[in-house]
Amino acid sequence: MPATIVQTNDTPFQKVAIDPVTLDIIENALRNARVEMDATLVRTAMSPGIREQGDAFPLIADPEGRMIVGQFGSFIGGFLKNFDGTLEDGDMIFLSDPYSVDGAISHSNDWLVLLPVFKDGRLIAYTSMFGHQSDIGGKVVGSMPINARSIYEEGVRIPPVKIWRRGEYNEDLMKLVMHQTRKPDWCAADLNALIASCRVAARRVIEMANRFGDDVYVSATQELLARNHRAMKTLLGQAIGEEPVSFEDYICDDGMGYGPYKIKCTMWREGEKVILDFDGTDPQSSASINFFLNENMFKMFFGIYMIMVFDPQILFNDGFYDLIDVRIPEGSLLKPKFPAALSGRTHALGRIFDILGGLLGQKTPEFLNAAGFSSSPHLFYSGNDARPGKGNQWFQLFQIGFGGIPGRPLGDGPDGHSLWPGFTNVPNEFLERYFPMMIERYETEPDSGGAGLHRGGNGIHMTYRFLSPGTIAIHDDRWFVPPWGVNGGEPGQRARKLLEKADGTQIVVGNKVEDVEVEAGDQLHFVTWGGGGWGDPLERDPALVGKEIVQGLVTAEGARAYGVVASAVGVVDAAATGALRAQLREQRGALPLFNTGPGIAALRATCETDTGLAAPIQPEWPHLEAAE
Amino acid sequence: MGYRLGVDVGGTFTDLLLFDADTGAFWRHKTPSTPHDSSEGILNGVTAICAKAGIGTGAIDYFLHGTTVATNAVLEGKGAKVGLVTTEGYRDIMQIARSFVPGGLAAWIIWPKPQPLAALEDTVTVKGRMNAEGQEVRPLDEADVRFQLGRLKDNGVEAVTVSLINAYANGAHEARIGELVAEVLPGVPVSLSHEVLPEMQEYERTLTTVANASVRPVVGKYVSNLRNRLASEGMTGKLSLLRSDGGLMSAQKAEEHPVNILMSGPAGGVTGAIWVGRNAGIKNILTLDVGGTSTDVALIENLEPRRQRTTEVGHLSVRASALDVKTVGAGGGSIAYVPELTRALRVGPQSAGAVPGPVAYGKGGTAPTVTDANVVLGYLPENLLGGTFKLDREGAKAAVQTVADALGIDLMAAARGIIDIVNENMFGALRMISVQQGYDPRDFALMGFGGAGPLHVNAVARLMGSWPAISPVSPGVLCALGDATTRMRTETARSWSRLARDTSPADLVAVLDEMATQVRGELLSDGVPEAEIETAFEVDVRYAGQAFEVPLTISAAVLESDGIAGVLARFDAEHKRLFTFNMDTPHEIVNLRAVALGRALDLPAAELEKGDGNPLAAKVRDHLLWMEGREQAAVIYDRAKLRAGDVIPGPAIVCEMDSTTLIESGCIATVDHVGNILITLA
Repeated sequence: MPATIVQTNDTPFQKVAIDPVTLDIIENALRNARVEMDATLVRTAMSPGIREQGDAFPLIADPEGRMIVGQFGSFIGGFLKNFDGTLEDGDMIFLSDPYSVDGAISHSNDWLVLLPVFKDGRLIAYTSMFGHQSDIGGKVVGSMPINARSIYEEGVRIPPVKIWRRGEYNEDLMKLVMHQTRKPDWCAADLNALIASCRVAARRVIEMANRFGDDVYVSATQELLARNHRAMKTLLGQAIGEEPVSFEDYICDDGMGYGPYKIKCTMWREGEKVILDFDGTDPQSSASINFFLNENMFKMFFGIYMIMVFDPQILFNDGFYDLIDVRIPEGSLLKPKFPAALSGRTHALGRIFDILGGLLGQKTPEFLNAAGFSSSPHLFYSGNDARPGKGNQWFQLFQIGFGGIPGRPLGDGPDGHSLWPGFTNVPNEFLERYFPMMIERYETEPDSGGAGLHRGGNGIHMTYRFLSPGTIAIHDDRWFVPPWGVNGGEPGQRARKLLEKADGTQIVVGNKVEDVEVEAGDQLHFVTWGGGGWGDPLERDPALVGKEIVQGLVTAEGARAYGVVASAVGVVDAAATGALRAQLREQRGALPLFNTGPGIAALRATCETDTGLAAPIQPEWPHLEAAE
Repeated sequence: MGYRLGVDVGGTFTDLLLFDADTGAFWRHKTPSTPHDSSEGILNGVTAICAKAGIGTGAIDYFLHGTTVATNAVLEGKGAKVGLVTTEGYRDIMQIARSFVPGGLAAWIIWPKPQPLAALEDTVTVKGRMNAEGQEVRPLDEADVRFQLGRLKDNGVEAVTVSLINAYANGAHEARIGELVAEVLPGVPVSLSHEVLPEMQEYERTLTTVANASVRPVVGKYVSNLRNRLASEGMTGKLSLLRSDGGLMSAQKAEEHPVNILMSGPAGGVTGAIWVGRNAGIKNILTLDVGGTSTDVALIENLEPRRQRTTEVGHLSVRASALDVKTVGAGGGSIAYVPELTRALRVGPQSAGAVPGPVAYGKGGTAPTVTDANVVLGYLPENLLGGTFKLDREGAKAAVQTVADALGIDLMAAARGIIDIVNENMFGALRMISVQQGYDPRDFALMGFGGAGPLHVNAVARLMGSWPAISPVSPGVLCALGDATTRMRTETARSWSRLARDTSPADLVAVLDEMATQVRGELLSDGVPEAEIETAFEVDVRYAGQAFEVPLTISAAVLESDGIAGVLARFDAEHKRLFTFNMDTPHEIVNLRAVALGRALDLPAAELEKGDGNPLAAKVRDHLLWMEGREQAAVIYDRAKLRAGDVIPGPAIVCEMDSTTLIESGCIATVDHVGNILITLA
């Protein structure tokens, strides 16, 4: 049953002609409204995930539910199709179940608010925002159990329900939801923030309609959709060939000992339509690394990569969706069947961007970047603070890490930065004041960025010293399959984690682990991966390599990957460098477009030696169907 | 009270405003800036303006100066070579920064990687550690410190900055390193983070300290050069610089803490607007400072400008108080274009700048700009600056025609489209500082100044519903006016970071008193008499866990009578106004600040001669302009000849030396008793 929209005024909006200037003004006003949504959210949210890391996504849609401004594309069409209820003035929808919105949100931690905006009895727009909650209950602190076998283990699941019904707040519902989480204060603040953002945007839409007229406003949104459609049609014709191109990349493991999991995408154009087909992607995992990829969201990612270069001021919207056909096999890692667990989807979500870069880059070199920091490494640390005077108070930390941005056509990848928009790190002095820990080290990892004419950014080496016993969990990837380099650039170094006990004993820790007990005085070395290199490393200026040795970004040993012979203090030996470069040029073959490292079989063979961890076991699909 | 001279050095012009503090009379002068040595242009101006006023330079008691010298040193990377000493394990603190990449999804692809303000090769780490409670975890290894300082010495650093983890809680290690720097690198200036900014957040504290150290030599050289040049011209008055927060500080203090003058430039206009507002009897003002490449907007409530705790310079966000000025890349030089792909009309952020400038200036510009659209529409009459400079209207038309053709509309519609879009961009910036902060713009007047502000102020006021639209006296030199009319100010800040319920009022008052003594001492040492110093406190409060603090101003007396509960009640009210809701979460007192202010000057504006309401005597000529989709008859007036009480119906244009005021059709302007033009809906 599709949703029933209850309007007290059934007069349809009249399509009116819009002059180009009015259209651009409305586009501008919509952009401002969206900026305002973000600002409202960040100021009032409380969980570190949203307030420091901006892990939240706004949208404003037309009366049909198509995104006019936003970031991740609209899910509203799918929602309306599945929602068996009414939508009326004064209603506000609240949900967190990915399966109820075709994966528009991809794990239950993302809480979504949807506000249908009525004006004079007519539905004129939707505003919506979702954000990551730090804890929604379930079997582990932080609610993202890597070893969950179904979504039932991942905390509270909220189907689409009305948090407000015709202007009346559903307090009992909220009590029920907040009762499930370990952090009701954060959840309440963050939910308030999401709601305040949607209300701000709704007010702006009404103001715009008042200023320009309802018909003009709605017609303008249609014209903005059409403009995106026209622009994308031109671009696709120019940039995408009819010959299929494929690209594949991997998620290293599922945290249960199995992996790697392949994601494959093939792209071609048929007439004006581009097909993106994920055939060849591995089946779903029985653990939680599945990423329920919404087709529209993927279209939006694709569109943003395409349009950015040509008119960066454009407002991305849903207008071009019918030009792109996304095919994702049912039961695959990207379209798992209910009730597959989804909470650990961040790795596949990130990898999608590497896939996109690799696909588009093959035909359009201006897009080609190396592989890089396309994930969000997580650390969870929780327990009761056992330090004197701390009253055994409960604490829980969820922290997102950063790493090396890939080498780019523009230049080196920045060290220790974020690929995700709006994310910032949490100040270490903040961590030390509010959590029982000292951060002994927060530096980039030398040589971790792949060598290249443009060096990949270095990953981060962060050392936590725990001051209270507790439990940690780690979610990271790229520890087995390295991030690839391009145009002759080398792959970046892989991620690793090391637990150093007070007595000096060192224990290699896996990159996807739950429920690891730590003692006061233990140190955790959390090392993230570096970005891949771009271009021939033998072309890099030796003086720059020498300078980076002085800066501690590259070691003398690492400099040899650039064919540079230098002392530990960065003094370059020009003659030896010339000789080494000549020798390396002699030995190597043609430079590959993509350098993905030695290949899966070789990586497996040397895994234990290289990483201190057992190689992941090739998954065998029939056994890995969702268990419940 | 004598003469106060305000001087604002901009990229193109140096503006001067000489104010007779006894009569309110003033003189203004504009002279080309001399970027190789700004003091040259300043001296030219001083000589000229003193001649206009018929006084000697010795009659000037106060020389009050807004300058972008510190800003430019940061933006152009011309600061000193700074050596940074930080804690072991944190060498990359400036390299990693906050890991933030600006822009949306995929913006990392096109983001240029900025170089840290202290080079990584000039950054060393030392052993020794404090914890968050300020307790020593590991002692400072002095042998190691000496070794590392030796490396900095070998590198030839010109300044040393020491910023250690948790130094905000205990600065002992930093202080000791400071002593060792004096031994190892004698004569090299040293800045300690716990002195410059005793606040939590290692990156921001380090950046602020480094920025301070980096611009210090540049500002020092600038100030001493200026002081010498002025002295050689017989000027003996007191030299003060405008702070980013709109107050004045002595030149000596500015040399020590130049991080406080990074936004000196834009602050001048806002303080000028306050002076204008006070004299016009208007207390709530939104400012619209339209320059060549950008527009600055700010909010003034009850004659107090909103301040913020950060100063944004380029990509850097430095922790020093500044007026809350938002900048948008929309100005007279903003270029209009139509991307082939989307066929949308875009205006800015690219700008034709001063060179080549708008097509109409005839200096080689070919791209259509906002100024060109104003010329085409007739809003900027062809004769500017008293007739010495003629605008190239035909050239402007040809350039705007390219936009019209790309859009498939006629010339005038395209020109007006460019104006509408740029006005919309300004409107967006104004919304951010008003509506988004919980203010209703209809409770505010809108004041347009800078070269092009008075051209756009009427149209933007219409969008905002902010009336009257004000074209202040001397809109082109309002910054210099602000320099001349504001008062001394200093402040200090400290982290508190405790829950309100765990804070005893007595402890809080004791710390605030200590801070007050410090800031009063600073003003006293600058020669402000004890009796004239006013102190106030600010307390930043938030719900524990939030990222955003609300600054609340309190006095010691109020704190004593209302207690902490009184502060929290005010926080709740402010939070509700800003975000529409309150919470049960405990309150956290985050930062404390003490502010000391010099005496507020009562500087009245000179009264304008009263007229009979008819502006005919000021009429220059009849004129035609394009508005509301048709050509309309308008009148051009000479601002110098307008009288108080004159009423000007729109459409009309009022010209003066350096600015042009546009009154739109459907509006009506009145000249107030001191010469401001107040525009309202007819």
